[in-house]
Amino acid sequence: MDFMLNEEQLMAQEMVRKFAQEEIAPTIKEWDQKHQPHPHVLPRMAELGILGINIPVKYGGQGFDYITLGLVCEELERVDASLRVVMSVHAGLNSLALLQWGTEEQKQRFLVPQAKGEKYAGYALTEADAGSDPANLRSTARREGDVYILNGEKMWISLATKADHMLIIAKTDPHAKPVHKGISAFIITSDMKGVTAGDIHGKLGVRAGSTGWIAMQDVEVPVENRLGEEGEGFNIAMSCLDNGRFTVAAGATGCIRACLEDSVKYSKERHTFGVPIAQHQLIKQKIAFMQQWYDAARLLVFKAGWLKNLGKRNTRETAVAKWFATDMSVKAALEAVQLYGAYGFSDEYDVERYLRNAKGATIYEGASEIQQLIQADYALGYRKDKPIRCEPVAYDADAWQSEA
Amino acid sequence: MHIAVITKSVPDTEAVVSVDAGGKLLAGDKLVVNPWDEYAITEAILLKEAHKAKVTILAVGPEQHNEALKHGLAIGCDQAIRVWDGALEGHDSLVYAKAVAAAIQKLGDVTLVMFGRELPDIASDAHIFQTARKLGWNLLGSVSKIEALDFAAKTIRVRRLVEQGTEVLSSRLPAVISVLKGINEPKYPTFIGIRKASKTEIPVWGLSALGLDAAAAQGQAAVTGYRELPKREGAVEIIEGASAQDKAAKLVEKLFAEKVL
Repeated sequence: MDFMLNEEQLMAQEMVRKFAQEEIAPTIKEWDQKHQPHPHVLPRMAELGILGINIPVKYGGQGFDYITLGLVCEELERVDASLRVVMSVHAGLNSLALLQWGTEEQKQRFLVPQAKGEKYAGYALTEADAGSDPANLRSTARREGDVYILNGEKMWISLATKADHMLIIAKTDPHAKPVHKGISAFIITSDMKGVTAGDIHGKLGVRAGSTGWIAMQDVEVPVENRLGEEGEGFNIAMSCLDNGRFTVAAGATGCIRACLEDSVKYSKERHTFGVPIAQHQLIKQKIAFMQQWYDAARLLVFKAGWLKNLGKRNTRETAVAKWFATDMSVKAALEAVQLYGAYGFSDEYDVERYLRNAKGATIYEGASEIQQLIQADYALGYRKDKPIRCEPVAYDADAWQSEA
Repeated sequence: MHIAVITKSVPDTEAVVSVDAGGKLLAGDKLVVNPWDEYAITEAILLKEAHKAKVTILAVGPEQHNEALKHGLAIGCDQAIRVWDGALEGHDSLVYAKAVAAAIQKLGDVTLVMFGRELPDIASDAHIFQTARKLGWNLLGSVSKIEALDFAAKTIRVRRLVEQGTEVLSSRLPAVISVLKGINEPKYPTFIGIRKASKTEIPVWGLSALGLDAAAAQGQAAVTGYRELPKREGAVEIIEGASAQDKAAKLVEKLFAEKVL
């Protein structure tokens, strides 16, 4: 068993760390307070190639592996969750779905510009009344000749007003039994007639992130924009989550690390009773737990990334990583706020932002309770991975780094 | 059209530097590319793009300096060379300069050598002057802008920062220059560059490869040990007074008494 990261992974990690720390960290607090996305984030991530980090070179990406995707997400959320959210939706939920399920023509049309950062991408499954229960979504896609007519409204969609391409999950057969057999996936573009989008305000956290809604009114979507077969949408949506949750889990480890690093620094600077607070045992306990949570979360993320590199199904392993890392990021942030005392309760320091950001990740892309049900159902034998038409795409360094 | 940029891995600028009981310097395990060199590397790449030049990045030192060299490759340098030989251990700046100059001469067709402003770990730029002297080339130090470069005509014109302001200097090539912060915005490595760098085996040139003998590695100065600076001690005194003016008056009085004013 080899826990060493290779030189390529370490250099990519360092590069993204530099970008996040030098270009975003100095002003992220202001954008968070303004409830606005940092304007620099998307174009710079595109320009630097981060948006296509683990897409094969022949599809416009950088050809790195899934572990590197995890490292990138950790570095981004070390600074702010809003940066990592971009990777979750653009790369995890959308681009990797195109790689797994797309036809060659769809890959050329949609994946290549996304991997190059020329187009931004999102994923729209959730609706106002369908979050943890996605099979009961209400958006519809009615086939009429060579087009589908899409209607419905999606909620809590990251990059809703920024994405050029959106992967929409909608019902093609509202009467199908079981219901998930009547669901299909489509790629719509923001310039299609009948597509409107807006931002959602008043969020507790990820305030520098773009979150919104998308409404579709009689949107004509060509048949060639359907991803996968008709009725395959639920499988596609769930496979997207296997990748999206991986990025969320990796990001949450970055949040735990942020809490740990900031707490270590502060506890050596802040004095009480004549000594740095780091010398008090109860402070050490908080630091120790943060270290433990970080190490364990990171190992779970790496295990899931390793399975992804092998092209093996990883729903359970990704779900447990997402559940543990996000729950522990909330605990780490709570402890960090406590360690900072009154200063932690103010927005003068970053730890209150970490706490607000961390909470969201225990809800989106499958709440912690859903991740628990997944673990239990696998353990009880109620759930097994059934074959799917397009299995996860294994990482093949030679093929992924080849131009052709 | 061949540019050589010289770099070095140095302790992280945020590292806490201390000295142990044996006089050994402790600066943590983490090394970074000399932050000044980041400007030199980026400037070399910008010149490469503008003039279709070749860029070689070079470091003198043991294996730990590969990190800085790989960083340069990942940004876009065409090749990297590390100069090292056990006999160079503990070298002074003149020995360093001899090794760099010999490597430049071995490369053969280099017409521009670029350095970052100084080495922050020893706070010195002596090696830059010494390298220019050993090569017998003009030195243009503290360059804030390269205004013109003509490889065909073998000329360079630069703007450099001097105490009184700036001056514009022209020189014939080949030349040695050192660049300042602000000459550009340092580039990040590209992912494709990272992949190339991670797969590159960096050649090591020893003394014999450079045509130097052991005598060339004998420095004139040697560091025998380090000592901590004496701890600075100070006391804080709160000046009391009925009003701000009153406090300010008392402060001024004290500053006069202490001959600060």
